Amino acid sequence: MNIHEYQAKALFEKFGVPVPKGAAAKAASEFDSALALLPEGPTMVKSQIHAGGRGKGTFTDGFKGGVKFCKTKADAKEMAGKMINNTLVTVQTGPAGRKVQTVYFTVASDIKKEYYLAILLDRATSRPVIVASTEGGMEIEKVAHETPEKIFKVYVDPAYGLADFQVRQLTSGLGLSPAEAKGAAKLIRNLYTMYWETDAAMIEVNPLITTPTGDVLALDAKVSFDSNALFRHPEITALRDLNEEDSKEIEASKFNLSYIALDGNIACLVNGAGLAMSTMDIIKHYGGNPANFLDVGGGASKEQVIAAFKIILGDTNVKGIFVNIFGGIMDCNVIANGIVEAVKEVGLTLPLVVRLEGNNVAAGKTTLAQSGLTIVSGDTMADAAQKIVKLVA
Amino acid sequence: MAILITPESKIIVQGITGDFGGRHAKLSLDYGTQVVAGVTPGKGGQFFEYKEHRVPIYNSVHEAVAATGAKVSVVFVPPPFAADAIVEGVDAGLELIVTITEGIPVRDMVRVKRAIAGRSTRLVGPNCPGLVSPGSGPQSHGGCRIGIAPGYIHRKGHVGVVSRSGTLTYEAVFQLTSKNIGQSTCVGIGGDPVNGTSHLDVIKMFNDDPETHGIVLIGEIGGTAEVEAARWIRDNVKKPVAGFIAGATAPAGRRMGHAGAIVGGTEDTAAAKIAVFRECGIEVAETPSDMADALLRAAKAKGVTLT
Repeated sequence: MNIHEYQAKALFEKFGVPVPKGAAAKAASEFDSALALLPEGPTMVKSQIHAGGRGKGTFTDGFKGGVKFCKTKADAKEMAGKMINNTLVTVQTGPAGRKVQTVYFTVASDIKKEYYLAILLDRATSRPVIVASTEGGMEIEKVAHETPEKIFKVYVDPAYGLADFQVRQLTSGLGLSPAEAKGAAKLIRNLYTMYWETDAAMIEVNPLITTPTGDVLALDAKVSFDSNALFRHPEITALRDLNEEDSKEIEASKFNLSYIALDGNIACLVNGAGLAMSTMDIIKHYGGNPANFLDVGGGASKEQVIAAFKIILGDTNVKGIFVNIFGGIMDCNVIANGIVEAVKEVGLTLPLVVRLEGNNVAAGKTTLAQSGLTIVSGDTMADAAQKIVKLVA
Repeated sequence: MAILITPESKIIVQGITGDFGGRHAKLSLDYGTQVVAGVTPGKGGQFFEYKEHRVPIYNSVHEAVAATGAKVSVVFVPPPFAADAIVEGVDAGLELIVTITEGIPVRDMVRVKRAIAGRSTRLVGPNCPGLVSPGSGPQSHGGCRIGIAPGYIHRKGHVGVVSRSGTLTYEAVFQLTSKNIGQSTCVGIGGDPVNGTSHLDVIKMFNDDPETHGIVLIGEIGGTAEVEAARWIRDNVKKPVAGFIAGATAPAGRRMGHAGAIVGGTEDTAAAKIAVFRECGIEVAETPSDMADALLRAAKAKGVTLT
């Protein structure tokens, strides 16, 4: 689960990670009260959406830049007015962009130097890894590729926790002065505590900065959490912003369906994540384009299948549907009945290819064949994929 | 022989009184698997009754081990309590713990992984379909089924299957069985980013198992585990190996059901993994429908008989 920068920075402050003073506003009417919390002087105005590349983004009305430096608070208020309720398109939002529903004002800090800092899981060692770099404000993938010597990593032993010597490895790698290193060490420790205690999936600070007066601050904050651990963090679950999520994905999650919209025109309904991914792959292999990832889980009840059809058909790009079910334990006939009912209930007019395999498959195929509906049956995944691609073309 | 489990393996089911654990304990009993004990704290002394079976339930894994001598458990315990169930099994000296539970917090698994380092217990999973070593009865009855896989699609034989995904494993097994190619053991290692047993661990066991003549390696986008396994295969495995990677069309940065199946860097894309497979002499299945055929091609090239 992702959260906004202003929410992440509130958590940073709670855990003792220094950030520039800031205040958020959810409407133009809140700008004055938010700005009243900040001192007069240079102010940053930052659009709050769950996507990177905000500074270089463009609003749909042509206004450029989702993050602005302003010399005065009055200027900041004016800029915020251009951002709020406007739609920002960045490299990460897709062409539709995201509506800016919160604007965050912060004191504009004097920057001596920019660094990079992140904490996430290292899959190879199954340990948290802290990544730091002298190259702040840049794309870390690019730094890793071109100048790997400028990236420093420490792997934290979960039994011992973050060790002092590891923190020193990071601060000396970054080449900080003794005074800066002291502030950075405290910041890194506190950030790690936050990562661990909140079940964060990733914390990224880019840039982390030093100031001419020797302070170390988190200038930006990108934080996501392990969805599996939200049950023990109600205070973090409360930070979820449904406006940032796809409405169809939210609807799907109510039925325990895992749905992700894509840009193709062949909808998929599959049981199991691995099979669902490879169903998308095989559609592409035969020249089609999948409209979505949809995993109905290892089970798949009639209610789920009906809900899944409704969600799929909510996507107006969809020109055909491919149902691929490997009914290992579940009875294929139950699924077949679910499909027939769903098709009748939603009044499907698009081509539908069903590939059923597994337990009691013969009865399931008979049910589909005798339903009186135009359901094309596929024998194998390859056969079914070729059929749906042809029907949609 | 098979790897990890044989038809003689005695199994403890942790969480046998839950809906999910109970349902699959019954299916394992139907398959002829020796489910000898259940564990649910607070329900010790009760029995799990099903058809002619009367499986005793214990309060702890330690008690179940002491009473039955079982060395293997399967964990169906709900996510908030699953990590504890695993370390309990480790403390009780189990040789193998297969964790089916989906949705265990990553932090819990990081701690579990550290806690079991250096211990002799092998953990498979979590978030996995489990293991099947098919038996010699009709529809592979009499085998050892641990977890949630459909037993009847298997056939006893000489191909090892390892995969992160459940239904994709069934797909591969089904293709093999349809071509009369049996399996030695099928292992689902799970789709989570932190898991107990890697593709490579299983490949090493298949390589050492004289009854396994060929291997199907099924991977996904995300992580580099398949790449490590492939490089080891290149240097050490003479048996025919077929490989498939799911997720070529998955968009970067999106989690597709499996927490592990998310592309971050450049090394963990489907294209990168497939390229490494090819370099390492693994016969690549072009589509998921091609997995059994890919293994047949690999076997033919090496002059190996799979049946």
